[in-house]
Amino acid sequence: MAELRRIIATDCGSTTTKAILIELGDDGHYHLVKRAEAPTTVEAPFEDVTIGVINAVEELEELMGQKYLKEDRSGFMIRGVDLPEDSEEGVDAYVSTSSAGGGLQMVVVGVVKEMTAESAQRAALGAGAIVMEVIAINDGRLPHERVKVLRQLRPDMILLAGGTDGGDRNHVVAMAEMISAANPKARLGLEYKLPVIFAGNKLVRDKIKEILGGKTALSVVDNIRPSLEKENLQPTRQKIQELFLQHVMKQAPGYDKLMKWTSAPIMPTPAAVGYLVQEVAKARGENVLGVDIGGATTDVFSVFDNIFNRTVSANYGMSYSISNVLAETGLENVMRWVPFDIDEEDLRNRVKNKMIRPTTIPQTIEELVVEQAIAREALRLSLEQHKMLAVGLKGAQRQRDIADTFTQTVSGETLIKMMKLDLIIGSGGVLSHAPRRVQSAMMMIDAFLPEGVTMLTVDSIFMMPHLGVLAHVEREGAKRAAMEVFDRDCLIRLGSCISPVGVGKEGEKCLTIEVLEGKEAGKKFEFVFGEIKKLPVELGVGERLKIKITPAPRYDVGAGRGRPLEAILEGGVVGVIVDTRGRPLKLPADKKERVARLRKWYKDLDLYPEVFFQRTAGGDE
Amino acid sequence: MARAYTPGLRVSADDVLLRERVLPLKGDVLVKEGDKVKAEDVIARTELPGNISIMKAANRLGVLPKELPKYMLKKEGDEVKKGEVIAEIRTFFGLFKSQLKSPIDGTIQTISTDTGQIIFQEHPIPVEVRAYVDSVVEEVMEQEGAVVKTRGVFIQGIFGIGSEAVGKLKVLVDSRSEELTLDKLRSAGDLSGCIVVSGSYTSKDVIYELRKRGAAGLITGGIGAKDLMDVLGYDIGVAVTGNENIGLVIVVTEGFGRIEMAEKTYRLLKENDGAKTSISGVTQIRAGVIRPEVVIVKSLEFEGKEELKSLTVANELKVGGKVRIIRQPYFGLIGEVVELPPEPQVIETETKVRVLKVRLADGREVVLPRANVEIIEEG
Repeated sequence: MAELRRIIATDCGSTTTKAILIELGDDGHYHLVKRAEAPTTVEAPFEDVTIGVINAVEELEELMGQKYLKEDRSGFMIRGVDLPEDSEEGVDAYVSTSSAGGGLQMVVVGVVKEMTAESAQRAALGAGAIVMEVIAINDGRLPHERVKVLRQLRPDMILLAGGTDGGDRNHVVAMAEMISAANPKARLGLEYKLPVIFAGNKLVRDKIKEILGGKTALSVVDNIRPSLEKENLQPTRQKIQELFLQHVMKQAPGYDKLMKWTSAPIMPTPAAVGYLVQEVAKARGENVLGVDIGGATTDVFSVFDNIFNRTVSANYGMSYSISNVLAETGLENVMRWVPFDIDEEDLRNRVKNKMIRPTTIPQTIEELVVEQAIAREALRLSLEQHKMLAVGLKGAQRQRDIADTFTQTVSGETLIKMMKLDLIIGSGGVLSHAPRRVQSAMMMIDAFLPEGVTMLTVDSIFMMPHLGVLAHVEREGAKRAAMEVFDRDCLIRLGSCISPVGVGKEGEKCLTIEVLEGKEAGKKFEFVFGEIKKLPVELGVGERLKIKITPAPRYDVGAGRGRPLEAILEGGVVGVIVDTRGRPLKLPADKKERVARLRKWYKDLDLYPEVFFQRTAGGDE
Repeated sequence: MARAYTPGLRVSADDVLLRERVLPLKGDVLVKEGDKVKAEDVIARTELPGNISIMKAANRLGVLPKELPKYMLKKEGDEVKKGEVIAEIRTFFGLFKSQLKSPIDGTIQTISTDTGQIIFQEHPIPVEVRAYVDSVVEEVMEQEGAVVKTRGVFIQGIFGIGSEAVGKLKVLVDSRSEELTLDKLRSAGDLSGCIVVSGSYTSKDVIYELRKRGAAGLITGGIGAKDLMDVLGYDIGVAVTGNENIGLVIVVTEGFGRIEMAEKTYRLLKENDGAKTSISGVTQIRAGVIRPEVVIVKSLEFEGKEELKSLTVANELKVGGKVRIIRQPYFGLIGEVVELPPEPQVIETETKVRVLKVRLADGREVVLPRANVEIIEEG
């Protein structure tokens, strides 16, 4: 088959179906040409996801003055199948992701919480699921409480793991008996059997089949934890995605039709994003952190030393879940980022009003500042959760899947080392659509506290799901199209951030940056402790510059305390930010002092319009 | 330029409503199509599986799991009484015996020779579904429940707490902007089983007092987020409610803070003071949105009137139309649309959005993002 020249990709979210059109340009590269969207139509009165897809694609057709859909709207006109290869109309491939109807919801059952249950959780999350509950022998619940939880939750699927191959059998069989006793029902469709995947001790497979075979739609895959030293997540992840298509998607209105339209299987949205993040890490040979902050949930993806992890913080988000962020982090943690006074009760009412009217937007800068303060906390908490799950195998030597195999001694330590992080990709409304790009950069810096040299980027219009599933099309050019569009149209480069680790006295010498090449070669810039500023060098978007950072004795930028580091900076729309506020970042406890400090930092970075600083000046200046 | 639609809440003096009343599991439906039912009537019934208890039997008897059946006095499926001996082992030529007793009243579900555990199941828990509104059975869903049809006043709230309540409507304020106070409650008479209507605000002290006096429900314009946190004992993180058990059902019609009840909402409630009223606090603000509601049945005659199809109200923004502002700095104010500029504009935050110009009651004209208003239905 010929190389792909025109591709349409959709992402069917819970509220909006987003379509993008990608074409191979005359310059030999793939480009994003147009985007369109329409409300998702999974729910009543439509109950057919394809209506939303057709509406979004019809908008593309109108904008482009071309036809992509069949006359009777029964799918796409595929060139080389429905039309000649060289036709002006039609598309070469159509792909889609989906998170409509609440996405893929799973319950994970293992034996020991920190071992098999944790591995099972990683497998489910990596496959794009929302893990509703983790059940294990040592989860602190009484047996009947576990049964109750299973009965109440009504997941789309259960993953049962436990026992290394040839190891424990009793506990995993007991867990199977518990599932059987609960006789849980599937979320969608009263009639169909709940899919259960068994990925535990291979010696008890027959017993598990005996217990669960009749009551559930049981699938058996290779052990997720064949030995203490080895985690084998891939077979389980593949099975989850297979069952997602076979069972869950088939129950969702209109998906039986949509599945026939696509050139590659429909993927759960987070699975597609995760795949793309892995591809980016591989292509750049870097450690990558991706975050997608939505209205209800926040997804975090990471690839560190080739190990991929994904977590979803189901109740951290900026609209539906905004009140939960406040409830979890506490008022003080939000207020520490706000450089003016606000009454507690008033703030609580405002946050709740956003929760019940999630589509409203900040109209005043003060409202924007508060919303961005809450975003910092949602992002921070989500990364905390991610760090707790993205860990090495506890008490064992490790060997993990995904193409490469490696071994390292671990003890349940987090894999997320901020000093080793090279690239952050932020996405979701509050980051992608912040009025000033520097606000996105600052939110990510404050929330994630990067260390050393880290490149900051945002996904312009949340195209990562589309590109992730596109990379799965088995046609020449598919993967290249995904990566080129990602690099050229999706990723907005904000700029590198330099942040030394260490804490010192306000105003003491912290680091020197020397330009090593280009027209400004030889120039040196000094930074003192306690500030956040832009590096005054000219560096265009995507341009690179070699520099030497020499930290003062108590600071570390990656080469050790006081040791100089040569690094490559990357330019972006914001510029290079030098953050010498210290790691860990300690904000002054005294309110007046803290507000003064925040105002200086925000002014130095030109974070908000001048009118805001004038209006909120109070007695602080 | 495409038409601009904006979401709103339904407030209507005369709607025909269908309500699905479904069991959590399959069971018996007690009504048939065309039956007239009262709100309190049970229309379907089922039994939820009883609670499970697990006993590590082999361990406790000191035998291997596979030997367990040898010592069992009961088998799988047998009924047992709490304290009844279900297994026994004799050692030392019968001199010592060790017994296991049933921890529950129920049945033995499993005796596992793999794990050596016994799983008990308690007797089923009966569950009933009531009609919720005086209505006519429109459709029976075999073994699952029924769809009932009714007609009358229908008011959607913005946020609720608790499940459902039916009672006599009692309006205790004289205007939609009035706050219901403890003072007012003192002279309110018997509130037992009533659905109480407040105006712009109801404090936690009033809620505690209403609960003490046995009120079944509360309809209020605004409520304080902090007060609600105190009443519940925790902070609500996401607007998915219905299972709270605070002694009464609350329907908030406007939002958090002091905010006067919409004129039409208050008028309809006032006109129906004393009427039998059904309310639901169940809220789900996610995809598949569910809003709390107030239903006052006026008739069971449906001729010539279609049922309300979609609860998602999307009205057209029009110059001259009335809107409520749902975000600071004008939160809660009502105004009239004076201009709908088609092109997006940059607002103070530097975001480019579609806007509208609104004339407030005091004559001021303000420009707002369209996302920050809600249409108020007239009439």
